[in-house]
Amino acid sequence: MNPTTVYRLRPGWRLQWEEAQQRHVLLYPEGMVQLNESAGAILTLLDGERDVTALIDELQRRFPQAPREEMSADVEEFLQDAANQGWIRHD
Amino acid sequence: MTEPVPTPPPAGQGAPLWLLAELTYRCPLQCSYCSNPLDFAARQDELSTDEWFDVLRQARAMGAVQLGFSGGEPLVRKDLEALVAEARRLGFYTNLITSGLGLDEARIDALREAGLDHIQISLQAADADVAAAVAGSPKAHAKKLAMARAVKAAGYPMVLNVVLHRHNIDQIDDIIALCAELGADAVELANCQLYGWAQLNRAGLLPSREQLEAAEATTQRWRERLATKGQDMRLLFVIPDYYATRPKACMGGWGSIFMTVAPDGAVLPCHSARILPMTFPTVRKQSLKTIWYQSEAFNRYRGEDWMPSPCRDCDERHKDFGGCRCQAYMLTGNADATDPVCDLSPDHHLIEAAREEAANDPRAINELTLRNVRQSRVFCRE
Repeated sequence: MNPTTVYRLRPGWRLQWEEAQQRHVLLYPEGMVQLNESAGAILTLLDGERDVTALIDELQRRFPQAPREEMSADVEEFLQDAANQGWIRHD
Repeated sequence: MTEPVPTPPPAGQGAPLWLLAELTYRCPLQCSYCSNPLDFAARQDELSTDEWFDVLRQARAMGAVQLGFSGGEPLVRKDLEALVAEARRLGFYTNLITSGLGLDEARIDALREAGLDHIQISLQAADADVAAAVAGSPKAHAKKLAMARAVKAAGYPMVLNVVLHRHNIDQIDDIIALCAELGADAVELANCQLYGWAQLNRAGLLPSREQLEAAEATTQRWRERLATKGQDMRLLFVIPDYYATRPKACMGGWGSIFMTVAPDGAVLPCHSARILPMTFPTVRKQSLKTIWYQSEAFNRYRGEDWMPSPCRDCDERHKDFGGCRCQAYMLTGNADATDPVCDLSPDHHLIEAAREEAANDPRAINELTLRNVRQSRVFCRE
Protein backbone atom coordinates (compact mmCIF):
# COMPACT_ATOMS: atom_id res chain seq x y z
CA MET A 1 0.00 0.00 0.00
CA ASN A 2 1.29 3.46 -0.93
CA PRO A 3 2.03 5.26 2.37
CA THR A 4 1.10 8.65 0.89
CA THR A 5 -2.40 7.61 -0.24
CA VAL A 6 -5.13 9.77 1.30
CA TYR A 7 -8.33 7.83 1.81
CA ARG A 8 -11.67 9.41 2.52
CA LEU A 9 -15.16 8.04 3.06
CA ARG A 10 -17.15 7.37 -0.07
CA PRO A 11 -19.11 10.53 -0.95
CA GLY A 12 -22.57 10.51 0.56
CA TRP A 13 -21.63 7.96 3.22
CA ARG A 14 -21.47 8.96 6.84
CA LEU A 15 -19.65 7.72 9.91
CA GLN A 16 -21.21 8.37 13.29
CA TRP A 17 -21.21 7.21 16.87
CA GLU A 18 -24.48 5.57 17.86
CA GLU A 19 -25.20 5.92 21.54
CA ALA A 20 -27.96 3.28 21.43
CA GLN A 21 -25.62 0.73 19.87
CA GLN A 22 -22.47 1.86 21.70
CA ARG A 23 -20.42 1.77 18.52
CA HIS A 24 -19.55 3.64 15.35
CA VAL A 25 -21.67 2.88 12.32
CA LEU A 26 -21.10 3.63 8.67
CA LEU A 27 -24.31 4.84 7.10
CA TYR A 28 -25.05 4.63 3.39
CA PRO A 29 -28.15 4.62 1.18
CA GLU A 30 -30.62 2.34 2.91
CA GLY A 31 -27.95 0.50 4.86
CA MET A 32 -25.55 0.48 7.75
CA VAL A 33 -22.24 -1.19 8.62
CA GLN A 34 -21.86 -1.79 12.34
CA LEU A 35 -18.17 -1.25 13.08
CA ASN A 36 -16.01 -2.82 15.74
CA GLU A 37 -13.83 -0.61 17.90
CA SER A 38 -10.69 -0.65 15.79
CA ALA A 39 -12.56 -0.11 12.51
CA GLY A 40 -14.36 2.83 14.13
CA ALA A 41 -11.06 4.27 15.38
CA ILE A 42 -9.44 4.05 11.95
CA LEU A 43 -12.35 5.47 9.96
CA THR A 44 -12.78 8.34 12.42
CA LEU A 45 -9.28 9.49 11.51
CA LEU A 46 -9.93 9.65 7.76
CA ASP A 47 -10.30 13.42 7.52
CA GLY A 48 -9.38 13.79 3.85
CA GLU A 49 -5.90 15.11 4.74
CA ARG A 50 -4.06 12.35 6.61
CA ASP A 51 -2.25 9.86 4.42
CA VAL A 52 -1.72 6.25 5.47
CA THR A 53 1.52 7.08 7.31
CA ALA A 54 -0.02 9.97 9.22
CA LEU A 55 -2.99 7.80 10.08
CA ILE A 56 -0.75 5.11 11.57
CA ASP A 57 1.28 7.79 13.42
CA GLU A 58 -1.88 9.11 15.01
CA LEU A 59 -3.08 5.65 16.00
CA GLN A 60 0.36 4.94 17.46
CA ARG A 61 0.09 8.11 19.51
CA ARG A 62 -3.32 7.07 20.82
CA PHE A 63 -2.43 3.45 21.45
CA PRO A 64 1.28 3.58 22.35
CA GLN A 65 1.29 0.10 23.82
CA ALA A 66 0.54 -1.50 20.40
CA PRO A 67 3.62 -2.69 18.45
CA ARG A 68 4.00 -0.40 15.40
CA GLU A 69 4.66 -3.07 12.80
CA GLU A 70 1.69 -5.14 13.82
CA MET A 71 -0.55 -2.08 13.88
CA SER A 72 0.62 -0.95 10.43
CA ALA A 73 -0.15 -4.34 8.98
CA ASP A 74 -3.62 -4.40 10.56
CA VAL A 75 -4.46 -0.87 9.43
CA GLU A 76 -3.32 -1.48 5.86
CA GLU A 77 -5.26 -4.72 5.69
CA PHE A 78 -8.37 -2.96 6.95
CA LEU A 79 -8.01 -0.02 4.54
CA GLN A 80 -7.54 -2.38 1.61
CA ASP A 81 -10.59 -4.34 2.62
CA ALA A 82 -12.65 -1.17 3.15
CA ALA A 83 -11.56 0.13 -0.27
CA ASN A 84 -12.49 -3.18 -1.92
CA GLN A 85 -15.91 -3.01 -0.30
CA GLY A 86 -16.39 0.53 -1.58
CA TRP A 87 -16.56 2.15 1.88
CA ILE A 88 -13.58 4.43 1.24
CA ARG A 89 -11.91 5.94 -1.79
CA HIS A 90 -8.76 7.82 -2.68
CA ASP A 91 -8.03 10.40 -5.35
CA MET B 1 -50.81 10.79 25.15
CA THR B 2 -52.06 8.21 27.61
CA GLU B 3 -49.50 5.68 28.78
CA PRO B 4 -50.32 2.33 30.34
CA VAL B 5 -48.42 1.30 33.45
CA PRO B 6 -44.84 0.76 32.23
CA THR B 7 -43.66 -2.83 32.15
CA PRO B 8 -40.10 -3.89 31.32
CA PRO B 9 -39.33 -4.45 27.61
CA PRO B 10 -39.17 -8.06 26.41
CA ALA B 11 -35.78 -9.55 27.29
CA GLY B 12 -33.28 -9.26 24.46
CA GLN B 13 -35.50 -7.04 22.35
CA GLY B 14 -33.32 -4.45 20.61
CA ALA B 15 -34.15 -1.01 19.31
CA PRO B 16 -35.83 -0.30 15.98
CA LEU B 17 -32.90 0.70 13.75
CA TRP B 18 -35.02 1.46 10.72
CA LEU B 19 -37.95 3.83 10.49
CA LEU B 20 -40.02 4.02 7.33
CA ALA B 21 -42.05 7.23 7.38
CA GLU B 22 -44.89 6.88 4.91
CA LEU B 23 -45.81 10.53 4.72
CA THR B 24 -48.85 10.23 2.48
CA TYR B 25 -50.84 7.81 0.34
CA ARG B 26 -51.31 10.53 -2.28
CA CYS B 27 -49.41 9.87 -5.50
CA PRO B 28 -49.54 11.27 -9.05
CA LEU B 29 -48.85 7.79 -10.47
CA GLN B 30 -51.13 4.76 -10.55
CA CYS B 31 -48.75 1.79 -10.63
CA SER B 32 -50.59 -1.50 -10.77
CA TYR B 33 -47.96 -3.09 -8.49
CA CYS B 34 -48.21 -0.52 -5.68
CA SER B 35 -47.82 -2.02 -2.21
CA ASN B 36 -50.10 0.53 -0.53
CA PRO B 37 -53.30 -0.86 0.99
CA LEU B 38 -56.25 -1.21 -1.39
CA ASP B 39 -58.41 0.95 0.87
CA PHE B 40 -55.88 3.80 1.17
CA ALA B 41 -58.56 6.31 0.14
CA ALA B 42 -60.22 5.79 3.53
CA ARG B 43 -56.99 6.57 5.38
CA GLN B 44 -56.17 10.08 4.23
CA ASP B 45 -56.06 11.72 7.65
CA GLU B 46 -52.35 12.51 7.51
CA LEU B 47 -50.13 13.33 10.47
CA SER B 48 -49.30 17.02 10.71
CA THR B 49 -45.78 18.42 10.49
CA ASP B 50 -45.58 18.68 14.29
CA GLU B 51 -46.83 15.13 14.72
CA TRP B 52 -44.10 13.91 12.37
CA PHE B 53 -41.48 15.94 14.22
CA ASP B 54 -42.57 14.17 17.39
CA VAL B 55 -42.41 10.75 15.71
CA LEU B 56 -38.90 11.47 14.44
CA ARG B 57 -37.67 12.61 17.85
CA GLN B 58 -39.14 9.60 19.62
CA ALA B 59 -37.74 7.13 17.09
CA ARG B 60 -34.28 8.67 17.17
CA ALA B 61 -34.24 8.64 20.96
CA MET B 62 -35.00 4.91 20.81
CA GLY B 63 -32.03 4.29 18.52
CA ALA B 64 -33.47 4.42 15.00
CA VAL B 65 -30.84 5.70 12.58
CA GLN B 66 -31.90 4.79 9.04
CA LEU B 67 -34.92 6.77 7.92
CA GLY B 68 -36.88 6.37 4.70
CA PHE B 69 -39.35 9.03 3.57
CA SER B 70 -41.83 7.19 1.43
CA GLY B 71 -45.51 7.10 0.53
CA GLY B 72 -47.42 7.38 -1.78
CA GLU B 73 -45.25 10.10 -3.19
CA PRO B 74 -43.50 11.90 -0.31
CA LEU B 75 -42.82 14.97 -2.48
CA VAL B 76 -46.54 15.70 -2.34
CA ARG B 77 -45.95 16.90 1.22
CA LYS B 78 -45.00 20.56 1.19
CA ASP B 79 -43.28 20.14 4.55
CA LEU B 80 -40.87 17.48 3.27
CA GLU B 81 -37.89 19.84 3.43
CA ALA B 82 -38.73 20.76 7.03
CA LEU B 83 -39.06 17.09 7.98
CA VAL B 84 -35.74 16.26 6.32
CA ALA B 85 -34.02 19.12 8.15
CA GLU B 86 -35.33 17.99 11.52
CA ALA B 87 -34.43 14.35 10.81
CA ARG B 88 -30.91 15.29 9.79
CA ARG B 89 -30.51 17.50 12.85
CA LEU B 90 -31.46 14.51 14.98
CA GLY B 91 -28.76 12.38 13.33
CA PHE B 92 -30.80 10.17 11.00
CA TYR B 93 -29.38 9.04 7.67
CA THR B 94 -32.16 10.36 5.47
CA ASN B 95 -33.37 8.53 2.37
CA LEU B 96 -36.02 9.91 0.04
CA ILE B 97 -37.83 7.15 -1.82
CA THR B 98 -39.57 8.81 -4.70
CA SER B 99 -41.02 8.47 -8.18
CA GLY B 100 -39.19 11.68 -9.10
CA LEU B 101 -42.50 13.40 -9.85
CA GLY B 102 -42.79 16.63 -7.92
CA LEU B 103 -39.02 17.09 -8.03
CA ASP B 104 -37.22 19.91 -9.83
CA GLU B 105 -33.77 21.47 -9.58
CA ALA B 106 -34.90 24.04 -6.99
CA ARG B 107 -36.35 21.35 -4.77
CA ILE B 108 -33.28 19.15 -5.15
CA ASP B 109 -31.21 22.09 -3.90
CA ALA B 110 -33.61 22.81 -1.04
CA LEU B 111 -33.49 19.17 0.06
CA ARG B 112 -29.71 19.18 -0.16
CA GLU B 113 -29.71 22.34 1.96
CA ALA B 114 -31.97 20.57 4.48
CA GLY B 115 -29.36 17.81 4.73
CA LEU B 116 -30.97 14.99 2.74
CA ASP B 117 -28.45 12.16 2.35
CA HIS B 118 -29.83 10.09 -0.50
CA ILE B 119 -32.50 10.05 -3.18
CA GLN B 120 -33.82 6.78 -4.57
CA ILE B 121 -35.76 7.17 -7.80
CA SER B 122 -37.91 4.44 -9.26
CA LEU B 123 -37.98 3.66 -12.97
CA GLN B 124 -40.74 1.55 -14.49
CA ALA B 125 -39.10 0.41 -17.68
CA ALA B 126 -36.41 1.13 -20.25
CA ASP B 127 -38.80 2.90 -22.60
CA ALA B 128 -41.58 5.43 -22.28
CA ASP B 129 -44.40 3.27 -23.67
CA VAL B 130 -44.14 0.43 -21.17
CA ALA B 131 -43.43 2.91 -18.37
CA ALA B 132 -46.57 4.86 -19.28
CA ALA B 133 -48.73 1.74 -19.26
CA VAL B 134 -47.37 0.61 -15.88
CA ALA B 135 -47.71 3.95 -14.13
CA GLY B 136 -50.79 5.23 -15.92
CA SER B 137 -48.94 8.40 -16.89
CA PRO B 138 -47.59 9.24 -20.35
CA LYS B 139 -45.08 11.85 -19.19
CA ALA B 140 -43.59 10.23 -16.12
CA HIS B 141 -40.71 8.41 -17.81
CA ALA B 142 -39.05 11.49 -19.35
CA LYS B 143 -39.47 13.37 -16.09
CA LYS B 144 -37.86 10.55 -14.11
CA LEU B 145 -34.83 10.45 -16.41
CA ALA B 146 -34.38 14.22 -16.16
CA MET B 147 -34.61 14.08 -12.38
CA ALA B 148 -32.18 11.15 -12.13
CA ARG B 149 -29.66 13.25 -14.07
CA ALA B 150 -30.31 16.27 -11.84
CA VAL B 151 -29.93 14.19 -8.65
CA LYS B 152 -26.63 12.85 -9.91
CA ALA B 153 -25.46 16.32 -10.94
CA ALA B 154 -26.27 17.60 -7.45
CA GLY B 155 -23.78 15.09 -6.04
CA TYR B 156 -26.13 12.73 -4.23
CA PRO B 157 -25.43 9.03 -4.10
CA MET B 158 -28.14 7.51 -6.29
CA VAL B 159 -29.93 4.20 -6.06
CA LEU B 160 -32.34 3.45 -8.88
CA ASN B 161 -35.16 1.06 -8.15
CA VAL B 162 -36.83 -0.85 -10.95
CA VAL B 163 -39.80 -3.00 -10.08
CA LEU B 164 -39.78 -6.01 -12.38
CA HIS B 165 -42.76 -8.00 -13.62
CA ARG B 166 -43.62 -9.98 -16.71
CA HIS B 167 -44.24 -6.88 -18.84
CA ASN B 168 -40.80 -5.29 -18.38
CA ILE B 169 -38.46 -8.07 -17.25
CA ASP B 170 -37.49 -8.95 -20.82
CA GLN B 171 -36.11 -5.39 -21.18
CA ILE B 172 -33.62 -5.89 -18.38
CA ASP B 173 -30.59 -5.52 -20.63
CA ASP B 174 -31.80 -2.08 -21.75
CA ILE B 175 -32.87 -1.18 -18.21
CA ILE B 176 -29.41 -1.86 -16.78
CA ALA B 177 -27.77 -0.02 -19.70
CA LEU B 178 -29.99 2.98 -18.97
CA CYS B 179 -29.08 2.92 -15.26
CA ALA B 180 -25.38 2.70 -16.14
CA GLU B 181 -25.74 5.67 -18.45
CA LEU B 182 -27.52 7.64 -15.69
CA GLY B 183 -24.57 6.94 -13.38
CA ALA B 184 -26.39 5.04 -10.64
CA ASP B 185 -24.34 3.88 -7.66
CA ALA B 186 -26.64 0.92 -7.24
CA VAL B 187 -29.67 -0.57 -8.95
CA GLU B 188 -32.35 -2.59 -7.26
CA LEU B 189 -33.84 -4.94 -9.83
CA ALA B 190 -36.67 -6.05 -7.64
CA ASN B 191 -39.36 -8.39 -8.87
CA CYS B 192 -42.52 -6.95 -7.51
CA GLN B 193 -43.57 -8.05 -4.09
CA LEU B 194 -47.12 -9.30 -4.30
CA TYR B 195 -48.89 -7.15 -1.73
CA GLY B 196 -51.60 -4.53 -1.97
CA TRP B 197 -52.35 -3.64 -5.59
CA ALA B 198 -49.73 -6.07 -6.83
CA GLN B 199 -51.56 -8.90 -5.09
CA LEU B 200 -54.76 -7.79 -6.80
CA ASN B 201 -52.98 -7.90 -10.17
CA ARG B 202 -50.87 -10.91 -9.31
CA ALA B 203 -51.84 -13.18 -12.19
CA GLY B 204 -51.06 -10.41 -14.64
CA LEU B 205 -47.69 -9.49 -13.13
CA LEU B 206 -45.87 -12.70 -12.21
CA PRO B 207 -43.19 -13.54 -14.80
CA SER B 208 -42.55 -17.05 -16.08
CA ARG B 209 -39.63 -19.10 -14.82
CA GLU B 210 -37.95 -18.76 -18.22
CA GLN B 211 -38.21 -14.96 -18.06
CA LEU B 212 -36.79 -14.94 -14.58
CA GLU B 213 -33.82 -17.16 -15.42
CA ALA B 214 -32.99 -15.13 -18.51
CA ALA B 215 -33.11 -11.89 -16.50
CA GLU B 216 -30.84 -13.27 -13.80
CA ALA B 217 -28.34 -14.43 -16.42
CA THR B 218 -28.38 -10.99 -18.08
CA THR B 219 -27.83 -9.33 -14.70
CA GLN B 220 -24.84 -11.59 -14.05
CA ARG B 221 -23.34 -10.73 -17.47
CA TRP B 222 -23.71 -7.03 -16.59
CA ARG B 223 -21.97 -7.53 -13.26
CA GLU B 224 -19.00 -8.99 -15.10
CA ARG B 225 -19.05 -6.24 -17.74
CA LEU B 226 -19.21 -3.49 -15.09
CA ALA B 227 -16.33 -5.07 -13.17
CA THR B 228 -14.23 -5.20 -16.35
CA LYS B 229 -14.99 -1.55 -17.09
CA GLY B 230 -14.27 -0.60 -13.48
CA GLN B 231 -17.72 0.97 -13.12
CA ASP B 232 -18.86 0.82 -9.50
CA MET B 233 -22.60 0.15 -9.90
CA ARG B 234 -23.96 -2.58 -7.66
CA LEU B 235 -26.78 -4.68 -9.10
CA LEU B 236 -29.18 -6.22 -6.64
CA PHE B 237 -31.55 -8.76 -8.16
CA VAL B 238 -34.55 -9.78 -6.07
CA ILE B 239 -36.49 -12.84 -7.25
CA PRO B 240 -40.25 -13.03 -6.72
CA ASP B 241 -41.18 -14.97 -3.60
CA TYR B 242 -43.30 -17.22 -5.78
CA TYR B 243 -40.20 -18.79 -7.36
CA ALA B 244 -38.36 -19.32 -4.09
CA THR B 245 -38.40 -22.57 -2.12
CA ARG B 246 -37.68 -20.92 1.22
CA PRO B 247 -39.40 -17.79 2.53
CA LYS B 248 -37.59 -14.50 2.90
CA ALA B 249 -36.53 -13.37 6.36
CA CYS B 250 -39.24 -10.75 6.18
CA MET B 251 -38.10 -7.45 7.78
CA GLY B 252 -35.34 -9.35 9.58
CA GLY B 253 -38.04 -10.76 11.82
CA TRP B 254 -41.31 -9.26 13.02
CA GLY B 255 -40.74 -6.25 15.27
CA SER B 256 -37.02 -6.95 15.25
CA ILE B 257 -35.31 -3.89 13.68
CA PHE B 258 -37.90 -2.25 11.47
CA MET B 259 -40.99 -0.13 11.91
CA THR B 260 -43.27 1.74 9.57
CA VAL B 261 -45.35 4.74 10.54
CA ALA B 262 -48.25 5.01 8.08
CA PRO B 263 -49.62 8.39 6.87
CA ASP B 264 -52.36 8.38 9.52
CA GLY B 265 -50.00 7.46 12.36
CA ALA B 266 -50.58 3.71 12.51
CA VAL B 267 -47.39 1.92 13.52
CA LEU B 268 -46.69 -1.30 11.64
CA PRO B 269 -43.95 -3.96 11.65
CA CYS B 270 -43.82 -3.61 7.86
CA HIS B 271 -45.61 -1.46 5.30
CA SER B 272 -47.97 -4.27 4.26
CA ALA B 273 -49.07 -5.40 7.71
CA ARG B 274 -52.25 -3.34 7.59
CA ILE B 275 -53.96 -6.12 5.69
CA LEU B 276 -53.65 -8.47 8.67
CA PRO B 277 -56.74 -9.12 10.81
CA MET B 278 -55.37 -7.32 13.85
CA THR B 279 -55.39 -3.83 15.30
CA PHE B 280 -52.28 -1.71 15.05
CA PRO B 281 -51.50 1.03 17.54
CA THR B 282 -51.17 4.65 16.52
CA VAL B 283 -48.75 7.41 17.49
CA ARG B 284 -51.79 9.57 18.10
CA LYS B 285 -52.62 7.54 21.21
CA GLN B 286 -49.38 5.98 22.48
CA SER B 287 -45.67 6.63 22.50
CA LEU B 288 -43.52 4.78 19.98
CA LYS B 289 -41.62 3.20 22.84
CA THR B 290 -44.75 1.70 24.35
CA ILE B 291 -45.88 0.54 20.92
CA TRP B 292 -42.52 -1.04 20.03
CA TYR B 293 -41.85 -2.79 23.30
CA GLN B 294 -45.25 -3.42 24.83
CA SER B 295 -47.99 -3.52 22.23
CA GLU B 296 -49.72 -6.79 21.50
CA ALA B 297 -49.26 -6.18 17.77
CA PHE B 298 -45.47 -5.88 17.90
CA ASN B 299 -45.09 -8.82 20.30
CA ARG B 300 -47.47 -11.08 18.42
CA TYR B 301 -44.89 -12.74 16.12
CA ARG B 302 -41.69 -11.97 17.96
CA GLY B 303 -39.50 -14.90 18.90
CA GLU B 304 -40.53 -18.45 18.09
CA ASP B 305 -43.30 -19.36 20.49
CA TRP B 306 -46.00 -18.50 17.96
CA MET B 307 -44.60 -20.75 15.25
CA PRO B 308 -46.69 -23.58 13.83
CA SER B 309 -45.39 -26.82 12.42
CA PRO B 310 -43.25 -27.27 10.31
CA CYS B 311 -41.41 -24.05 11.37
CA ARG B 312 -41.43 -24.92 15.05
CA ASP B 313 -39.07 -27.88 14.58
CA CYS B 314 -37.17 -26.56 11.58
CA ASP B 315 -33.44 -25.82 11.75
CA GLU B 316 -33.94 -22.81 9.49
CA ARG B 317 -36.42 -21.01 11.77
CA HIS B 318 -33.66 -18.70 13.09
CA LYS B 319 -32.83 -17.77 9.53
CA ASP B 320 -36.20 -16.92 8.00
CA PHE B 321 -38.38 -16.47 11.12
CA GLY B 322 -41.20 -18.41 9.46
CA GLY B 323 -41.36 -16.01 6.50
CA CYS B 324 -43.90 -13.30 5.85
CA ARG B 325 -47.08 -13.03 7.96
CA CYS B 326 -48.86 -11.03 5.26
CA GLN B 327 -48.15 -13.65 2.64
CA ALA B 328 -49.34 -16.42 4.96
CA TYR B 329 -52.57 -14.53 5.57
CA MET B 330 -53.21 -13.54 1.96
CA LEU B 331 -52.72 -17.08 0.70
CA THR B 332 -54.14 -19.24 3.49
CA GLY B 333 -56.42 -16.89 5.41
CA ASN B 334 -54.39 -17.68 8.54
CA ALA B 335 -51.74 -15.15 9.56
CA ASP B 336 -50.17 -17.69 11.95
CA ALA B 337 -49.40 -20.20 9.19
CA THR B 338 -45.99 -21.01 7.75
CA ASP B 339 -45.33 -18.80 4.73
CA PRO B 340 -46.57 -20.97 1.82
CA VAL B 341 -43.50 -19.92 -0.19
CA CYS B 342 -41.64 -22.57 1.80
CA ASP B 343 -41.81 -25.91 0.02
CA LEU B 344 -42.08 -27.56 3.43
CA SER B 345 -45.36 -25.73 4.04
CA PRO B 346 -48.52 -27.86 3.72
CA ASP B 347 -49.93 -24.93 1.71
CA HIS B 348 -47.12 -24.69 -0.84
CA HIS B 349 -49.50 -25.96 -3.54
CA LEU B 350 -51.13 -22.50 -3.38
CA ILE B 351 -47.91 -20.98 -4.74
CA GLU B 352 -47.77 -23.55 -7.51
CA ALA B 353 -51.40 -22.83 -8.35
CA ALA B 354 -50.67 -19.09 -8.47
CA ARG B 355 -47.83 -19.64 -10.93
CA GLU B 356 -50.14 -21.79 -13.03
CA GLU B 357 -52.86 -19.15 -12.94
CA ALA B 358 -50.36 -16.48 -13.99
CA ALA B 359 -49.11 -18.61 -16.87
CA ASN B 360 -52.66 -18.68 -18.25
CA ASP B 361 -53.44 -15.01 -17.75
CA PRO B 362 -53.50 -13.30 -21.14
CA ARG B 363 -53.85 -9.71 -19.92
CA ALA B 364 -51.70 -6.96 -21.37
CA ILE B 365 -50.12 -4.42 -19.08
CA ASN B 366 -52.83 -1.84 -19.79
CA GLU B 367 -55.55 -4.29 -18.74
CA LEU B 368 -54.42 -4.46 -15.10
CA THR B 369 -56.18 -2.54 -12.33
CA LEU B 370 -54.52 0.84 -11.76
CA ARG B 371 -53.97 2.11 -8.24
CA ASN B 372 -55.96 5.30 -7.83
CA VAL B 373 -58.47 6.91 -5.52
CA ARG B 374 -61.47 5.95 -7.64
CA GLN B 375 -60.53 2.25 -7.57
CA SER B 376 -59.61 2.44 -3.90
CA ARG B 377 -63.08 3.75 -3.00
CA VAL B 378 -64.51 0.56 -4.46
CA PHE B 379 -62.46 -1.43 -1.93
CA CYS B 380 -63.40 0.95 0.88
CA ARG B 381 -67.05 0.10 0.28
CA GLU B 382 -66.47 -3.66 0.33
